[in-house]
Amino acid sequence: MAFDASTSTIQAWRRENGRVGVRNHVVILPVDDISNAACEAVANNVKGTLAIPHAYGRLQFGEDLDLHFRTMIGTGANPNVAAVVVIGIEPGWTKIIADGIRKTGKPVAEFSIEQKGDFETIRAASWQAKEYIHWATELQKEDCPLTDLWVSTKCGESDTTTGLSSCPTVGNMYDKLLPHGLYGCFGETSEITGAEHICEKRAANPEAASKFMEIFKAYQEDVIFAHQTDDLSDSQPTKGNILGGLTTIEEKALGNLEKIGRTSTYIDAMGPAVSPEKGPGLYFMDTSSAAAECVTLMAAAGYVIHTFPTGQGNVVGNPIVPVIKISGNPRTLRTMSEHIDVDVTGVLTREMTIDQAGDALIEMIRRTANGRVTAAEALGHREFSMTKLYRSA
Amino acid sequence: MGVPQLLVHDAKDNVGVVVVEGLTAGTDMLCVVTHDNTDFQLTAGDDIPIGHKVALTDLKAGDTIIKYGEDIGKMVGDAPKGGHVHTQNLKTKRW
Repeated sequence: MAFDASTSTIQAWRRENGRVGVRNHVVILPVDDISNAACEAVANNVKGTLAIPHAYGRLQFGEDLDLHFRTMIGTGANPNVAAVVVIGIEPGWTKIIADGIRKTGKPVAEFSIEQKGDFETIRAASWQAKEYIHWATELQKEDCPLTDLWVSTKCGESDTTTGLSSCPTVGNMYDKLLPHGLYGCFGETSEITGAEHICEKRAANPEAASKFMEIFKAYQEDVIFAHQTDDLSDSQPTKGNILGGLTTIEEKALGNLEKIGRTSTYIDAMGPAVSPEKGPGLYFMDTSSAAAECVTLMAAAGYVIHTFPTGQGNVVGNPIVPVIKISGNPRTLRTMSEHIDVDVTGVLTREMTIDQAGDALIEMIRRTANGRVTAAEALGHREFSMTKLYRSA
Repeated sequence: MGVPQLLVHDAKDNVGVVVVEGLTAGTDMLCVVTHDNTDFQLTAGDDIPIGHKVALTDLKAGDTIIKYGEDIGKMVGDAPKGGHVHTQNLKTKRW
């Protein structure tokens, strides 16, 4: 049955700030790499909580430090998170991150390790985490419109089948849901290369178009021309892309852009992990095209479900955001179907239209929002990868 | 219509994509243009893996390759109609 945006609801958690969450995590969040051990010990003590270890957070400065704070705060603030225990080596940056998350109105407690040691920090933080898990597990779900969701997208291990089937499936979903109030997000600055002129034209207004082109040109100059030794032929398209039949970066980019559909336009272009500021609609985010980094940034911006088209079979997941995999490649469905949530191989055999594939994805978004565990969640994929802009001091 | 072996995005394209596994040289392929659902026949000139591209006309070095109705690069070698088009004969114009 075709989707009706006006009546479709989900059962989900309405958070203190009005946002809708589809998971109910109590997160134990390290401010820095050296606090990972304490966070993991707390998560081990208090079952049902989730530590999110990562590699950074010391001696960063400038724009790179801003991005670190934004990613940490955004992860804690994400509506899929009910409450947060923040642990850092020292109280200063720990407080900045805890206060940032507190603005959502959700419960946040902070602990720092210096002058106490791991044992004392873990003891105190464990008591707090136990209180939070009792509290969070009694929070009730309520009826929410499906289109109150924030749904991001990024494709991975792309091949020519993604441009034919799984990417236009996501595009069809956006064309149907964005007009009803959904927030959408696409990114992958490097994978727009070759189709930047088309992406520029898909802006809803001249400001968004020029912001996109500014981001794109900065990427070309700061990242590619500054660091290239030859050209990008060995990494874009990737070896996996080439095995799957993609030959040039232009071909890859055109398939990638199928994810924004036929009629959708983006209303703003924003920096990594920045939360949308212009109301419902589609946003472009300046991100790496590496799967885990991109999904981590979009989760930190507040997106609660991620749709992930794959051709050759990317296996990425995220600790707090369910990642829905869509594939139309029959070989991938034959060899690694445990990773795929939505099978659109029928698009290639002409037994399924893009319209039907879009409806199938919307139905999977609804089921995932209602609690169905995704393939990536079932398989324990919790990749959390911070984007780093330059070397630490 | 049966199940196609080759899909083409746009009527302007000069390459299509193999969408079945184990395609062998000599196969008479049913080809469908997804944009307007028209179809045509083409004989595969090579064994071509799923996802890889096939020349829809005789392509010469220097020719621009069109897919999605857009420029995706230029030929750096020849490919006869029905032949395999990939990294051995197609390159981006960017680098």
